[in-house]
Amino acid sequence: MSATSTRMPLAHALNLGLRHAMEADDKVMLLGEDIGQLGGVFRVTDGLQKSFGDHRVVDSPLGEAGIAGSAIGLAMAGYRPVCEIQFDGFVFPAMNQIITQLAKFHHRSEGTISVPVVIRIPVGGGIGAIEHHSESPEAYFAHTAGLKVVSPSTPQEAYDMMGLAIRSDDPVIFLEPKRSYWLKGDVDSGNSPEELQKATVVRDGQDLTLVAYGALMPVALKAAEVCQSEGRNIEVIDLRSLSPIDDKTLIESVERTGRMVVAHEASRTAGLGAEVAARVQDAAFHSLLSPVIRVTGYDTPYPPSRLEEDWLPGLDRILDGIDRSFTY
Amino acid sequence: MSSNTEPITLLNAEGIYSANKALPLDVDAVDATALYRDMVMARRVDTEAIALQRQGELGLWPSLLGQEAAQVGAAHALKPRDVVFPTYREHGVAWCRGVNPVDLLGLFRGTTLGGWDPAANNFNLYTLVIGAQTLHGIGYAMGIVRDGDVGTGDPARDRAVLVFLGDGALSEGETNEAFVWAAAQNLPVVFFCQNNQWAISAPYSVQSKVSVAQRAQGFGFAGVRVDGNDAFACLAATEEALAAARAGKGPTLIEALTYRRNPHTTSDDDGRYRSGAENDAWAALDPIDRLRTYLTSNGQLEEAILEQISGQEKSLAEQLRSGCRALPNPGPASPFQNTYAELPWELEQQMNEHLEFVEAGE
Repeated sequence: MSATSTRMPLAHALNLGLRHAMEADDKVMLLGEDIGQLGGVFRVTDGLQKSFGDHRVVDSPLGEAGIAGSAIGLAMAGYRPVCEIQFDGFVFPAMNQIITQLAKFHHRSEGTISVPVVIRIPVGGGIGAIEHHSESPEAYFAHTAGLKVVSPSTPQEAYDMMGLAIRSDDPVIFLEPKRSYWLKGDVDSGNSPEELQKATVVRDGQDLTLVAYGALMPVALKAAEVCQSEGRNIEVIDLRSLSPIDDKTLIESVERTGRMVVAHEASRTAGLGAEVAARVQDAAFHSLLSPVIRVTGYDTPYPPSRLEEDWLPGLDRILDGIDRSFTY
Repeated sequence: MSSNTEPITLLNAEGIYSANKALPLDVDAVDATALYRDMVMARRVDTEAIALQRQGELGLWPSLLGQEAAQVGAAHALKPRDVVFPTYREHGVAWCRGVNPVDLLGLFRGTTLGGWDPAANNFNLYTLVIGAQTLHGIGYAMGIVRDGDVGTGDPARDRAVLVFLGDGALSEGETNEAFVWAAAQNLPVVFFCQNNQWAISAPYSVQSKVSVAQRAQGFGFAGVRVDGNDAFACLAATEEALAAARAGKGPTLIEALTYRRNPHTTSDDDGRYRSGAENDAWAALDPIDRLRTYLTSNGQLEEAILEQISGQEKSLAEQLRSGCRALPNPGPASPFQNTYAELPWELEQQMNEHLEFVEAGE
């Protein structure tokens, strides 16, 4: 822990990341619903309007397409807008702007213009929320060429990745695991963060590779601990970048361990787990001792919150997935 | 300003100019010959492009026939630092902005998804998704405000955004969001709606019960309705609206009531949804004929000028024909290279795989 390191919740780390990015570059500005005086419904932008003024922290009209579309225009005018979408299930009205416009401008202009827009979205379940407030839309974005999609899992990651995302010349979909907002950890703001497109081996192991991201990282680490007590040594990888995927790190790992389990909250079909499994079997087929196992949300709408504890891939389901891998 | 009333005409169908207090124009200061020349050239771009499509050189072309006065009139109100967000039919505006007309063809030939550097002439890329560009214009206008380039009184500094849209775009949610933002934030933006009365096969009555201009009132800014076949009225309305925008007085919605005399695109069959008689009635209101009559009767269009324009037209036509065929096909690596500003290593790997595959096939 260095002199610049402070213990704080993930939401504060994001706030600090935004603050430092705004201090470093006066072209960085924020826009979204309720992000000014209120500081965002999760308080991620708390105090920023007071510090930087309402021209840089803009309470937008209630219109998600407007948020994403105007951010594109701002980027064309030389700004680096960071947008907040209030909840995952409400990003869909903005999808046209994100998919048909934001993702494609660099390509359409043959590289003559960049649109360095960051779209922050609180994602995922586990907080007892009502309909449309617990979704995991990452695969929609990851499927769209031209977007980068990332998700941090710790306060340090949140701080580092926010800075990297804002400095990126490409549009970045920044998925904030909302049930981790209150997760505390040390944040070293003097850290020199790794590149955005980098998975991290957060726990070494020899027997199986467990891949997760965002809110499932603490669950994955807990699963590895439980396995340790049973004599299985699990390697845990935080994917971090959901598009592009750092498959080098995944493949290297599975070549050593021979087994892989990938876990995410989003529905299974055409989810990130399918992508990870496909890449690993393509590149490391002969190293695999068992098929890549997916532990995911189901192919249903996100359930009423009284059911979410069972529906979400929790510790027991991940342990079950690991057990299944060892039956081969 | 008028909204749900008859559109304002300054130059009537007989080519006679009459001043209108509702829409002031210093007619002596208007370079009507330049307007005429640009309208003729815009029509020639259109005619040549349609011919190139018929010859199989273009996959598709959206014609502007009948909309020359609206486009050229509006474009002549622009200053160099103003920024244009077009739809996909603004060939006349592109011409006036100095975009190489050959570059307009690339998108429709399939050699590019863009065709020009949007920053070079402050003329953005065409937008095929209806209404999407209205929000980009909003964001750009927010940038202008934050740059302090509005309301300074310095004509070299103040700037505004001119967003083009069609009547169909009025029905898109995003256009309505753009109107909300423009009003709430008092942005330096002018929405120029060419109401050509047809969204492919759907007439304006499918989109709205009130005029385009009247709809501005509900959002809290001015709407003005002009004769879209009258270059003077289009110029005057746009000049006034852009001046207000640059001065910090907020947005305006201009409705230029006109008519798309050709099908929606070269792939469309307008005989299935509208009558030839309607088309003939609008052909009689031709914007170029109208301005030529005015210029001729005022002795401003001498034979020498007509000959000069005719020569320029011919060389433009030749430039389009040879330029179109000479447009380079994109290299097989280009989609990969331009997808991201920072090429991800995995995409680089896909590119190399693809190039190897392509080379092996040659």
